[in-house]
Amino acid sequence: MNIIERLEKEQMRADIPDFKAGDTVKVHAKIREGEKERIQVFQGIVIRKRKGNTGATFTVRKVSYGIGVERTFPLHSPLIDKIEILSRGKVRRARLYYLRKLRGKAARVKTEMNH
Amino acid sequence: MVEKLIGKKLGMTRYFLEDGRSVPVTVLQVGPCVVIQKKTVGREGYNAVQVGYEKQKETRVNKPLQGHFRQAGAGYFKHLREIRVDDPDSFELGQEIKSDVFSIGDRVHVSGISKGRGFSGVMKRWGFSGGRKTHGSRSHRVPGSIGCSATPGRVLKGKKLPGRMGDQRVTVKNLRIVDLRPEMDLVIVKGAVPGSKNGLVEISKA
Repeated sequence: MNIIERLEKEQMRADIPDFKAGDTVKVHAKIREGEKERIQVFQGIVIRKRKGNTGATFTVRKVSYGIGVERTFPLHSPLIDKIEILSRGKVRRARLYYLRKLRGKAARVKTEMNH
Repeated sequence: MVEKLIGKKLGMTRYFLEDGRSVPVTVLQVGPCVVIQKKTVGREGYNAVQVGYEKQKETRVNKPLQGHFRQAGAGYFKHLREIRVDDPDSFELGQEIKSDVFSIGDRVHVSGISKGRGFSGVMKRWGFSGGRKTHGSRSHRVPGSIGCSATPGRVLKGKKLPGRMGDQRVTVKNLRIVDLRPEMDLVIVKGAVPGSKNGLVEISKA
């Protein structure tokens, strides 16, 4: 396993900031349309982070025009330009699936004070 | 130049390409293989070189093989395989053949011994759909009817039935080499390769 882990470490990105479930983030994703490449921003609450070296992913949820939208990104994908952390959430669990059932004011996450 | 080398499957992971696609890859440790014996048309009736892979202590090899390895004088090996070549005389005994015979982008065939599944039923072994799980059904994973009645009055030869599955030589063709790490003798191919981790594989040019 050692050699494979070493290969995976090489592929992993060091420029990913440290964030957790509950944080509000802005994900700048590269999108290729034909020959042109542009950046699309997806902003929402991180509801899950999955571990794994190169296979790690995270899911961001936002409510767009009243409809909940979730997008899962591979954490180490070269298609992610950058991740901005807007606020740190104060949550008591690692997977925030309960947010899916909540609407409006109830679907907020408390933010941590010292950020 | 050789067309084939011996190696070991180390396991699978993923690679991200520049355009963001994630590619499943298998990491193979290929070579170094050491030439142990040369076989020629004059002596054996065909041209080949016999190579050893994975060094081993002298005491792990039986006496007749010890003598065989000593003729090449390059140590003792766990595995011996023959590689067909056009000109065996262009090789020397004890010469190391490394994974640099391959290059990135090449297509290769990879053979290995598939994982043994033991005595398996028809659903696992042949992909039969089996019977219903509910609604009073009592035939969940059985093959069902295996033939006709008085004519022909026997089960046809080659009928797919339960039995030993896996532990057979399987070749996967035309895998593309995604990456090479000559310093660690690694060849990284796209897709899956038969066999378990640390299983012996033969990798040959397509």
